[in-house]
This record gives sequence, structure tokens and C-alpha cells, in this order.
Amino acid sequence: MAQGELIIKGGFIVDPTRKINGDVGDVAIKDGKIVEKVSSSAKVIDAKGKVVMAGGVDVHAHVAGPKVNAGRLMRPEDKLRAGTCRSNMAQKNGYRMESGFSIPSTFKTGYEYARMGYAFVMEAAMPPLLAPHTHEEIHDTPIIDEAALPVFGNNWFVMDYIRKGEVENTAAYIAWLLKVTKGYGVKVVNPGGTAAWAWGLNCLGLNDRVPYFEVTPAEIMTGLMEANEYLGLPHSMHVHQNDLGNPGNYAITIDSLKLAEGIKTKNKFGREQVMHSTHLQFHSYGGEGWGTFCSKAKEVMDYVNKTKNITIDLGCVTLDETTTMTADGPFEHHLHGLNHLKWTNVDVEMETAAGVVPYVYDPNIKVCDIQWAIGLELALYAKDMDRTFITTDHPNAGPFTRYPRVIKWLMSKQARDAVLNSFKHKDKVLDAISLHTIKRELSLFEIAQMTRAGPAKCLGLGAYYGGLAPGMLGDVAIYDLNFKDMPRDPEKIEAAFQRAACFVKSGEIVVKDGEVVSNGHKKTVWVNAKMPENPQVTRDVTQAFTKGTYTMDIRNYPVRDYLAPHPFVIEYDVEA
Amino acid sequence: MPKLIKGVGCPYCGSSCDDIEVLVSDDETKILEVHNACIIGTNLFHHANDPTRPKLPRMRQPDGSMKEVTYPEAIDWMAKTMLKAKKPLIYGFGSTNCEGMSAVARIAEKAGAVLDNCATICHGPSFLAIFDNGYPSCTLGEAKNRADVVVFWGCNPMHAHPRHTSRYSIFPRGYFTQKGQMQRTVLCIDPRETDTAKLADHHLMIDQGHDYELFDAFRTVLRGFDIPETVAGIPREKIKEAAEIMKKAKFCMIFFGMGCTHTDGRNHNIDAAISLTRDLNEHTKCSIMAMRGHYNIAGPGQVWSWQFGFPYCIDLTKGSHAHMNPGETSSVDLAMRDEVDCFVNVGTDAGAHFPIQAVQHLKKHPFIAIDPNFCMASEIADLHIPVRIAGVDEPGVVYRMDNVPIQFRAVIKGLPGVPSDEELFDMVYERMCELTNTQPVWLAAKADRKYPESPAVI
Repeated sequence: MAQGELIIKGGFIVDPTRKINGDVGDVAIKDGKIVEKVSSSAKVIDAKGKVVMAGGVDVHAHVAGPKVNAGRLMRPEDKLRAGTCRSNMAQKNGYRMESGFSIPSTFKTGYEYARMGYAFVMEAAMPPLLAPHTHEEIHDTPIIDEAALPVFGNNWFVMDYIRKGEVENTAAYIAWLLKVTKGYGVKVVNPGGTAAWAWGLNCLGLNDRVPYFEVTPAEIMTGLMEANEYLGLPHSMHVHQNDLGNPGNYAITIDSLKLAEGIKTKNKFGREQVMHSTHLQFHSYGGEGWGTFCSKAKEVMDYVNKTKNITIDLGCVTLDETTTMTADGPFEHHLHGLNHLKWTNVDVEMETAAGVVPYVYDPNIKVCDIQWAIGLELALYAKDMDRTFITTDHPNAGPFTRYPRVIKWLMSKQARDAVLNSFKHKDKVLDAISLHTIKRELSLFEIAQMTRAGPAKCLGLGAYYGGLAPGMLGDVAIYDLNFKDMPRDPEKIEAAFQRAACFVKSGEIVVKDGEVVSNGHKKTVWVNAKMPENPQVTRDVTQAFTKGTYTMDIRNYPVRDYLAPHPFVIEYDVEA
Repeated sequence: MPKLIKGVGCPYCGSSCDDIEVLVSDDETKILEVHNACIIGTNLFHHANDPTRPKLPRMRQPDGSMKEVTYPEAIDWMAKTMLKAKKPLIYGFGSTNCEGMSAVARIAEKAGAVLDNCATICHGPSFLAIFDNGYPSCTLGEAKNRADVVVFWGCNPMHAHPRHTSRYSIFPRGYFTQKGQMQRTVLCIDPRETDTAKLADHHLMIDQGHDYELFDAFRTVLRGFDIPETVAGIPREKIKEAAEIMKKAKFCMIFFGMGCTHTDGRNHNIDAAISLTRDLNEHTKCSIMAMRGHYNIAGPGQVWSWQFGFPYCIDLTKGSHAHMNPGETSSVDLAMRDEVDCFVNVGTDAGAHFPIQAVQHLKKHPFIAIDPNFCMASEIADLHIPVRIAGVDEPGVVYRMDNVPIQFRAVIKGLPGVPSDEELFDMVYERMCELTNTQPVWLAAKADRKYPESPAVI
């Protein structure tokens, strides 16, 4: 956190947390936090004629950890697509070297997010056994604050407790694991299916039984939601559903979302949902095969719109060559069977698995174009933008550096039509989608809801991130856009969001005119939900190590404090 | 009262066993007993007691002798030498912690150096195959809990990874493999009758250098085609039998070693091995794993991949971007062409492992060895800087052969005044910044950075 005072003067403030939509005003920052006012000696940043928003919050991106690194390692060719090189100036001023396009190096990840005015990023899947690796990468990612979600959906302990109907034990195990891995919340990836993958199988239906564990994906999700609310964690269960990426999967998607019905939110962090369904684009497919593949975004969003205790993020396809990576091991194997590119897999004992496959979203391929349209349709059919967040499931549907492009498409029908008209199989694509019939163009206020206020609230971080109210963290992005006179050329919207005119992180100017000017002061955010010790869970966990189901010593399992040198810990007592 | 420290990681092979128990003296300066480790690991711990361990840097004098100098002198010399060199090569890192690898990257960027690790002379061909074909693998616990067919191809863990078979691959009773060895079928493919081959249920004594053909034969058989009467010296029926065993497995695990990476075919052998693994996944579950040599040789591949995007052979001399092209930017090739004008050997022994011509070229230029002990590299070096031993008197993260990070601990106090790799590299980096009038860049503010405590006991 930077000491001293700063005032951002005369910008068009867009802050959905306080319902401010383009009013001209000042934002004052003192000692890294937003305050009512500062003294006359404060450093002045002139934002006249520019849009001022809180620092961006990314609810779901794969930016640090073993599978991200497996992707970097196996794809030297990705480095050729990096574009810009480190300038002489950056070299002289000691900014770290940047590399990679779809899976950028940690240094580039931090710098690129900062250039786009993002303050907080959630690493979407951390295998608990490999948590020290994730934290080492987070440590090496400059500027941005990060947290990581450990994966629970295929964890042996969790499946065992849920089969026996033991909510309290599930909760105690989650609390213990969050503490020892310095994790943030409950991530679920292809519940049951990834566990089945350890034997080369999968669970595609909600009621398929997981081999040996005899639970179903539906039971795992329900059990984890109950345990999550038992603990009152800041974030809800964050789920990547079963049957990802297959034609006709929208039905199972809606069935999974229905599991949230009847589950009540319980927390002190302002969160309203009990389920966050991530990268919904991959789960909103109709058709019976790739030939009849079509969008079911409307059907899925109709359900989401009327169900208040669900939040979603988009997972927009950006039509780039990218690298898919997910803890959905069987899906990556399946994908590799479709595109025959290289395939990396990592099964992690007792906990999870992961796969990595490069993928080219080619605009000349009909299915890719339909996927592109579905991501945007989801956003444009959404009624509550505080529950709908912009992501590309980085790097699965496209790199996070394409967020500005997604924003452009959402804000401009002209930009969408230009892409639609460029498709080789335009007619076939139009038959399968409804994007071309949607006239809606999102406003800056709605974009701020989807990239700031909404995700911060969904993560239970609404008191710190996503807004500009006094008391919140001093993360402010200034974009070169005139609120009163928005550019007619949609490319200018993309350019403005790609390189912030100025970005203040924790009260320190880290980006000026799109260039990084400081390595900032990053923080690692994690949750310590304090519960009385649960002897059953302690015994079960200890036995897994002493009986050697794990191949590591239990003393070396918890992430040591020095690996997360700038902790920002959300600590509270669980009320049973 | 001597203290027994449990759950200690072993600084020897890629198995990175972390169930070692070490009895240390009351004042935490002497190692008294080592339990659970193999004979090599045990000896590595006891080496730390050696009273002749170097405690000060030594600089080569004009008369050829070595003279002890202070750390600040050594750091100054190294900083100036790195800055002066046009294309320094920093090589090694099989036997140190990730904190050191991360710290050296700052020096490499600042100096415009080539960064390379021991993979360049061992599992580099595996990396090349992974670039082409991916890496369907798993953690060692998966092999332990599930594998009922285990294939050792071109590797001999009974000697190179002494506890591998008892901790992970053959003998242990895992969750779904309660009968241990009884439940596992072991195949060994090796031209020699190694001790691992003697242990195997089936030893396919392959003609040396014909690995690719045999991989190919397995794939052909699995796809239902016929093969010649003998392939690579193995009769058709034997190949079919082995293929059937792998296909019928519930979980097939293939381990491969330098018998594949450093025989004819090299990366193509691994490419075929990965393809075989992929093919087997059409029938059952199959994983493959490289038998990495040192306890943290997987580490630099991980650390530098997240920092620069490449696991090894990283050329940073351009300043603007990192560039990797094994053959061009690999250590031995650079040395053979006499392209580097300064050599830094860290936590390995290039003097013992490199071809003699390569060493002769390297020796023409400033040669710096950073190692806790005396080794061939340190004896021919112009400057030898001793550091603490990662895993013995210095804690830190290491990556096991399956890329699982293990947080090693220190069991004894380091020699007074001797820095860790990380501390040494940070000091050299700071000196380089002083000399060039630039600000050092710490991603986390220097004052807030916490070095691992020593000894770290939870």
C-alpha cells in the first residue's frame, strides 16, 4: 500500500455500487484507501473528459498454478504470438521480461491486467496438493491482487462425507483445506466426472454414479452448497458443470442450476447467490451433434434471470488460437480426440485432475462462430447485470487480454455485425443463433456492473473491491472515453479498455498512458473460516497421510507463510 | 538432547522422498542419524557435517592457486564479470531450491544471459517431445494407488532412484492396490539385465538403440495390425503379450529414463512413448512419467516456464524477449561453438558432466562455480562461492519428478556467514544494479520479503 494522498479530478464517474452513472466528480485516495476528501497538497490526476471506474475484478481466470504452467511449458509456439516485446525503456527501468499470448508468463499476466485497469483476479482452480506451486506463481505476478479457489468436487474426503450425508464434516474439511492451502472458496469442476477419469471414465449425467464412491454429481453439488452455506464463506460454490462443451448440454445445465433452488444464502459478506455457474457459454449448447449444433442461450438465461440465488460468468469465445486447460480431465481427453493437437494430462492423487490442449477458434469454422455468438447472447439476454460477469474463462475461450474486445462487442451492434458478416458460413451460423436479432447495446454502467461491482459482490469482496465508496481499496482505473460523447468507432472502445489512461492500484499510480510505471504492491487474498477442531476430519486426513494414500508427508502439505508474503486474510468465526 | 526432525525431504534423486527422519545435535549444527533414506541420501546428509566444507569464496590467483576471499569481494567480482560479459551462460540448478532459481533469473535478465538447467543433458529430449505431443501424466500417488501394470523403459530405479519402487511404483500398498507387488505386473524394457529388469515379471531385452521400433510395434499391435517376426530383437509373440498386458490393465503406468532420451532416436523415442500412452487411453487408463534425475531438476522447468515461458535453453541476451531454440541456445552446443564468454555453474557439476571440448572452451573465459561443496567445476573455476545446501541447512520448495512441489526444510543451522543461493543471487543482483546506477526490482518490496526461516519446523 502506498502512503500519501492522491486525487483524481473531474472524471465521469461510473460506480454501480453507489448508482453513479457518469456524474462528473473527484475520487480521493489516502494511504491506499478511498476517502471523502484529501488535503490540498494531494497529488492531482486530471481525469477531465475521461471515464473513472473502480479497478476491475475478474471472477474466473486460470492465471497461476500447475496446469497453467503445463500449458506454458508445452507451447513454445505460443510465445511467437506474444506481439509486443519489452521496450528499451522497460528494460532500462527494470520491468520484467514478458512472454506468451494465450498463457502469458506471470510477469506479463500482472502487467497486462494492470494495463487494462484490473485490480483483482481469481485463479479459478488450485489443486490442493500443488498449492505451493500456485502461490509461488501468484508471488511472481506483479501488481494485481489474487486469490485461488481450491477444487473440491472430486475430492475423496468430500465425496465420502457427502455420501454419508455429513454436512458438518464436509464443512470442517473445507475450512481446514482453505486454511492450509491459503485458498479462497469452493471450486467444483465436473463433479464426480474428474474422479471417474482416474479410471478413464466420466460422469456426463447428473445422476451418474462415481465409480467406487457411489455418489452422483447432483449430490456432490448439493452437498457442497450446503457445506458452503454452513461455513458462511465469502464466495458461494463456484461450479464448472458436467457435460461441458457437448451439443445439447443446455438441459443438464438448467438441471444443475435448479439444484440451487431451496438453498438459502448465509453469510456476512453481502453475497446473495449460493451458486456461481462459470463459463456458461460452454454449457448453453443445443443440437444433437456438431451438424445441428445451435445456441440455447435464451433458454438458459430465461432460467438464470428468474432465479435470484445464481450468478454466472460468460466465458466468451474470442476467435483466437488459444490453450484450453481445465480440471475437467475427461473433457480435455475428448477435445484432444476432436482436434488431434497435443494433450497434457495431470491426475492428482485423491483430489483432482487437469488437462491441457491447444485450440484454434477458427472464424471459418461454423461451430466456433456459434460458440462466439452464444457467449455474447448470454450477456445480451441477461436482465440483472450485477449477476452476469464478463470472462473468457481465460485462456479456455480466449485470453483475458481480449476482455476489451468482448466489451466492444457487447457495447456495439455494429461491431458484432462486422464479425458476423465476416463469417465464411454466415448463413448456417445465423440459422443456429439469435445474436443478429438482438439490438441491445450495453452501457458503460452495465459494463462496470459486469466487471466491477457484480463480481466483487459475488466473491464477498464488495467491501473492498468493485466500487469507489470511501473506505474501499484505492484501486481506480481511468479510461480515455468521453461518457457524454462515446466514440462512434467501436474500435476506440476496445482501445480505451485495452490500455487504461491511468491505473491507480492501492493508492499508487502503476499505469500511465497504457505503460506500466511501477511493479506495485500486490496481495494474496485468502479465507480463514475458524471452526472448532473436528476430530473425525482430523483423523481422516491424518490417516490418508500416515497410511500412505498421499505420497507426501502431512507436515509438508500446508503452504508455508513465506510463500504468500503479502497476505490479506479474511478471518472470521463460523457460526454453527 | 538431540532432536529428531520428521518429514524431512531428501536432497538426492527425483523421488524427493519427504519421509526422512533426521536426528540432530542439541545446538542444531550436527547431523547424528538419518532414518528412512537410501544409502546415497543418508550420505548426502552426513556430508553436511564434513569439517572441510568451504566457508569462504575462493578466487583463482595469477599463479593458478586458489585463495580465500570475502563474500563482498566475490560478489563484486561476479557482478562485474556478469555485466562485462556479452553472452554469459548460467547453468545447473538440479540440486538447489526454487527460490534460488527465481532469484538467478533477475541476474540473467540484467546481464542478458542464457539460462539453462541440467535437463539440457538429460531430459531435454523429453521436453522436445512434450512440445510436439503433450504429456499425459499424473502424480506418483496415482501410480501408487491405482497402477496394476508398471512399465520401466530405459530406466533403472533400483540404482538411480533407490526408493522409487518401494515408495511409489512396485511394492507399496496403495488404496486400490492393497496387495502391493502381488497385484502389479511389472514390465522392463532394457538392453541390459539391470536389477530393475530382474525384478520385473517380463523383461524385454531390446536391441540397444531400437526403442523407437519397439514403441512403434506396440502401437501397431494395439491398432490391430500385424508386425514382423521380430522387432528390435523381441519376438512378435512377446510383443503381443506385453501389449495385451498393457491394454488389459486397469491403470497402466509408463516410466521412462535416459535409456530413451539418450539413445538413438532421442526425442522421437519419447514422442512415440507419449503416442503409445495416448493410444492406450483408448482402451484403459494410462499415464507416462519421466524419471527425473535430481531432487529438484523439475524445478527450473517450472520456475522458468512461469517466468519466461520456456523450461530450458532460455536465451535472454536480446533483452527484449526470451528465446529458446535447443541446439542453438543449449549449453553444450553454445560451449562447443565457444559462443559464451562467461560461465556460471550452479548446484551441479558441468566439469564432470560436459564433454571435455565444451569444458575446454568454457575454461577460456571467466568460470564461476556456486556450490556448497568441492566438485570438478569448483576446482577448475576462477571463482568458487560456497552456499548452503538446499534441503539440509536451507529450506525451500523443490519439485518432485511428477512436478509436485514439496516444501523442504532445513535440519541444521547453516555455516555462519554462508548465504543461501537466493541470498547470494540477490546480493549479486543488487551489486549489479549499483554498478549500473539502476533501481533493483523486487516484485515484493525487499523489506517485506521473508526468507524461509532456518530451520523451518512447523
